[in-house]
Amino acid sequence: MSALLEVRHLRVAFETRRGPLVAVDDISLQIGEGEILGMVGESGAGKSVTGTAILGLLEPPARITAGEILLEGSRIDNLAPEAMRRLRGKRIGAIFQDPLTALDPLFTIGQQLVETILTHDAVGARAARDRALKLLGEVGIPAPEKRLDQYPHQLSGGMRQRVVIALALCAEPRLVIADEPTTALDVSTQAQIIELLKRLARTRGTAVLLITHDMGVIAETADRVAVLYAGRIAEIGPVREIVHAPLHPYTTGLMGAIPKLGALRSRLAQIDGAMPRLDAIPPGCAFHPRCTQRLAQCDREIPRAVAVDGREVACWLHGESSRG
Amino acid sequence: MAAFVLRRLVQAALVMAAVGLIAFALFRFVGDPVVFMLGQDATPAERAAMSAQLGLDQPFHVQYGRFVARAVQGDFGLSLRQLRPVSTLFAERLPATLELSLAAALFAVAVGIPMGVYTALKPRSWLSQAFLVVSLIGVSLPTFLIGILLILVFAVQLGWLPSFGRGDVVMLGGWSTGLLTVSGLKALILPSITLGLFQMTLIMRLTRSEMLEVLRADHIRFARARGLPDRLVHFRHALRNTLVPVITVAGLQLGSIVAFAIITETVFQWPGMGLLFIQSVMFADVPVMGAYLCLIALLFVIINLVVDLLYYAVDPRLRLDGAAAH
Repeated sequence: MSALLEVRHLRVAFETRRGPLVAVDDISLQIGEGEILGMVGESGAGKSVTGTAILGLLEPPARITAGEILLEGSRIDNLAPEAMRRLRGKRIGAIFQDPLTALDPLFTIGQQLVETILTHDAVGARAARDRALKLLGEVGIPAPEKRLDQYPHQLSGGMRQRVVIALALCAEPRLVIADEPTTALDVSTQAQIIELLKRLARTRGTAVLLITHDMGVIAETADRVAVLYAGRIAEIGPVREIVHAPLHPYTTGLMGAIPKLGALRSRLAQIDGAMPRLDAIPPGCAFHPRCTQRLAQCDREIPRAVAVDGREVACWLHGESSRG
Repeated sequence: MAAFVLRRLVQAALVMAAVGLIAFALFRFVGDPVVFMLGQDATPAERAAMSAQLGLDQPFHVQYGRFVARAVQGDFGLSLRQLRPVSTLFAERLPATLELSLAAALFAVAVGIPMGVYTALKPRSWLSQAFLVVSLIGVSLPTFLIGILLILVFAVQLGWLPSFGRGDVVMLGGWSTGLLTVSGLKALILPSITLGLFQMTLIMRLTRSEMLEVLRADHIRFARARGLPDRLVHFRHALRNTLVPVITVAGLQLGSIVAFAIITETVFQWPGMGLLFIQSVMFADVPVMGAYLCLIALLFVIINLVVDLLYYAVDPRLRLDGAAAH
């Protein structure tokens, strides 16, 4: 299976007066047709920056300093701004975190849908409106005719996120980047939006890069998951295996922090310390100061990703054994 | 909506009553108009007779009551200087001031907003830097100095434009307009630039900062993520969001343009209300001064009301009609 999206050794840095701060360091991943790849990590782990880089929306001082991004086999990270603009929305859709602020408050839902459709496809105003209606129906908005002429403030948060999803799907992109699509919503609405994303990926064959800090969302939604720590991928592989048998000590710690019903522990396990700031990433494995299974070489050499049981993990615990 | 307008009207009436009282009370201390009218050599008997004739010998509250009762009917009495009704004087002078103010406001908005948008979209271009420097000059130079400098360059040295007056005017009904003659239009240029320059720089700087703010908003990022071309992102989404606060300020500035026309009208000898007011102050022409103050207050009250209503037109979130959030 050829990958729909392939990211190769991506590095994104923020140029500052005191030198570059590397926010994304040597990230490689692939997403296949119709696949949902979860990307999980703490705030500042580089999840959103990766998503923004794929969309070509990085703004100075941030820029791609190394690596390649390929969509359907051709590079998109070096496209001219206008070519990249045409590609956005058309071949890569985006869903943003906060539906309350992602929609322009001064334009109706219909106006925003129609302008997006007309931007990407040469159809008449009538046809665009019809497609907007169909899209609203598809993302589960009741009485779409009525909603079309309403303003964002007249809709609830969940409804607005559905509108944002409809906007991302206007031109039927093959890939959607969903950056924390459920974080700003209450729990019951979260479940609905997750169901919607799964259904759309299944029925339309749309691939989704699902960025979230919520391992629970990933476990319910994603096919595969990439665990990010301090701008690097700690572990990437099928979600079921990573949830049930994490290999990287950081992933193990993350799983311990998910509350489980019926568990006997009265306190959740937590990882001591905090993720390092971008200007103070420790040498070697970035996780070693917090790691409970630290080895001698951990603070000297950055572990490379190695294949273990159908997944990849960047940790000396597993690197030695598989290479040895 | 109706309740909103009604509430605003009641507030407006209260404001007007207060301004009327202040105006009336303050001008009692400006000076004794009787002295001005009869000269230094009048006898006390002549002065007493004049005071009685003008109603100035009555107690304060009686005078104020009369003032308000007549003012609401548009009657502000006779000008003490010209012995003609104040309302007639105003009717003659009002068109000149309004035409000047509107031309100045138009100049301020039509130049200020595009300049503000440009400096926000291209913050690093040399033209933006030039605009910002010009705006700094516009903000810091006093109006009369700008007027005098403009006269020096365009009227005295280049001889392109007249340095004073309105040029030829045409009567349209009771309205004297200078907009229909070449000399009238030429005479309008320098005073309206002088009057509007400060507001123009203000609007430009406000537009710029609001636009920079809006361009960082989530919905603008999302509009880009939807693949919308810059043209739509900038001029449809960003500009419209920028205009909400700019409209308020621009609208409120219209009031101060009319009020501050006094200086410009004096510099250019523009036959408007401001010039009339200055001449009245020198003569302690109390009825004219009181009426002028009330008129300016009324103008501000009306403009505030209109600006609030404009908000409704631009920002759908404020429309509290039946289709409220649910």
